[in-house]
Amino acid sequence: MPHAGRSARREGPTLESVHVALLELQDFRSYRAAEITFDPGISVLRGRNGEGKTNLAEAIGYLAAQNSHRVATDAPLVRHGAARAILRGGVVRADRRALLEIEINPGKANRARLNRSPLPRARELLGILRTVLFAPEDLALVKGDPGERRRFLDELLTARAPRFAGVRADYDRVLKQRNALLKSAAAHRRPPGAEMLATLEVWDTHLAKAGAELLAARLDLTAALRPLAAKAYAAVAQPGGDAPDAADAVDAVETVETVDGASPGTDGTGATGPWIADLTYRSSLEGVELSTDRGKLADALREGMERARRQELDRGVSLVGPHRDELSLTLAGLPTRGYASQGESWSFALALRLAAFELLRADGDDPVLILDDVFAELDAGRRRRLAGLVAPAEQVIITAAVPDDVPVELSGAAYDVAGGAVTRVR
Amino acid sequence: MYEGVVQNLIDELGRLPGVGPKSAQRIAFHLLAADPADVSRLTEALKEVKDKVRFCRTCGNVAEAEECRVCRDARRDPHVICVVEEPKDVVAIEKTREFRGRYHVLGGAISPIEGVGPEDLRIKELMTRLADGTITELILATDPNLEGEATATYLARLVKPMGITVTRLASGLPVGGDLEYADEVTLGRAFEGRRLLDV
Ligand SMILES: Nc1ncnc2c1ncn2[C@@H]1O[C@H](COP(=O)(O)OP(=O)(O)OP(=O)(O)O)[C@@H](O)[C@H]1O
Ligand SMILES: [Mg+2]
Ligand SMILES: [Zn+2]
Repeated sequence: MPHAGRSARREGPTLESVHVALLELQDFRSYRAAEITFDPGISVLRGRNGEGKTNLAEAIGYLAAQNSHRVATDAPLVRHGAARAILRGGVVRADRRALLEIEINPGKANRARLNRSPLPRARELLGILRTVLFAPEDLALVKGDPGERRRFLDELLTARAPRFAGVRADYDRVLKQRNALLKSAAAHRRPPGAEMLATLEVWDTHLAKAGAELLAARLDLTAALRPLAAKAYAAVAQPGGDAPDAADAVDAVETVETVDGASPGTDGTGATGPWIADLTYRSSLEGVELSTDRGKLADALREGMERARRQELDRGVSLVGPHRDELSLTLAGLPTRGYASQGESWSFALALRLAAFELLRADGDDPVLILDDVFAELDAGRRRRLAGLVAPAEQVIITAAVPDDVPVELSGAAYDVAGGAVTRVR
Repeated sequence: MYEGVVQNLIDELGRLPGVGPKSAQRIAFHLLAADPADVSRLTEALKEVKDKVRFCRTCGNVAEAEECRVCRDARRDPHVICVVEEPKDVVAIEKTREFRGRYHVLGGAISPIEGVGPEDLRIKELMTRLADGTITELILATDPNLEGEATATYLARLVKPMGITVTRLASGLPVGGDLEYADEVTLGRAFEGRRLLDV
């Protein structure tokens, strides 16, 4: 009964139901040509290792966000020997159908069409379909470098408001220019002249402006995610955590609201249960009080760059700005990196994705959930509780190499993935 | 690889902006097969452009004399200078018929990635033009992309202490692009609505 819970969860009248009804692949990854139809509710893609299940999950994710959760460049997405890949997605949103098409041309701009009309920029397809994808790679959100967590934040920003793709691109461009300048200054090894410093100040201004916008958005986002992630972690990890009193975990986080940035759980307030997950945004602007006022943030960034001037000139890289920031994660007050167990790390990663899902829902959209191989590393209780959390979504697409890993709560339509073809079996 | 002279031609063509190795090869073979008269006209045009056209000693625009047409035209307002990156931007702005002042062509924009700093642009020449006090307004019409904006910021800071009004074309221009891609109406409006630049 995959649909049973859905109407129960749909509180506000503003929530627009969205699902993928059709997925067509041409020369994408291992697929020469494939076509799959989906219903709302739960679909399970089953198949042996290497048959192409994740490739399908990746394809749906790409239609939504125009990036892959596995690779940074597009070349591996195109079937070996083919020149380009084409993805088509039939998306049903509140009973209206839209056909999204993307032609992936590695090294060149992608081309996109909406309902068969070419779009001037592929970017304009963003926002029509929203997905939240859970994948084994998400473990890096917890165990990996700060860059993984920054990317998580920025991708979520873009999913909520596509214009952030532009903000991020602008920031990266300024950063590249500024680093090029610092690098050439560092290479000269003599005190920079007045002209060089004047030029650097120009880049300071632009980095501060673009950086402030990104930073303000990330701070807002972190504030919104914090209670949701705490709640989701407790709901997955705490035995009986899917019960309503999982909200206790959120209260616990809120009562230890940090004073002067000290990490919660270490200050003896007692809120140190093993289900207390927390996240804090740590800026490269040490000792500066962070508001979300962009003007103030820009000033703070510029001052930070001035303070770091000598060091930056010596090392030839930009040391201040959102590209150096960290979203630090703690469980019961201890940093997850170096402390959390495998299952705990994985549960935290899931909690971050679940929080993203809740946030997008709060924006009035029902994102399609994609669960790629997520159950294998969880104990039976956590599997069941995760299943309970995702089942109410409008559409859930699940992949599994071992079908028995998928909790019974999530038995919906089933597809066999084998030999480059996808067949519906139930 | 082809025989020496053919390969030479392909190599030379390949150095032109926007011409990749494939196109260079296609153009080369097109020329090989073309009517000799057509090719002569092309070589003539190439030679002439190098012999006759140079850069205006005042503003850096392309010119057929010491000075370009705009600089020689006494009817143009001597109090306003519009700063652009390339001569093609002068053409784009002239088409709008909104601007009656003079130009200054920088020859590019600040871009550390490409190794272009202020010293590589015609900024000293601009400062010399501004020194005698005739100029009251400087319009910064560098491209509406990051490098153009950075160049505008740099110039504005340099010129501000001289008491000259510094303005920037109004937004509404396609962001991230080249000035020359803006249509006449948009560009004309951007001129009309130019705003003071404070830095
Ligand atoms: N660009 C490509 N061209 C051709 N084949 C590719 C390409 N990219 C990936 N493949 C192939 O696709 C297969 C992997 O598919 P996928 O990752 O979807 O497997 P899976 O079904 O999810 O397996 P697992 O259960 O191990 O996760 C591999 O055999 C790989 O070689
Ligand atoms: Mg897989
Ligand atoms: Zn001139």
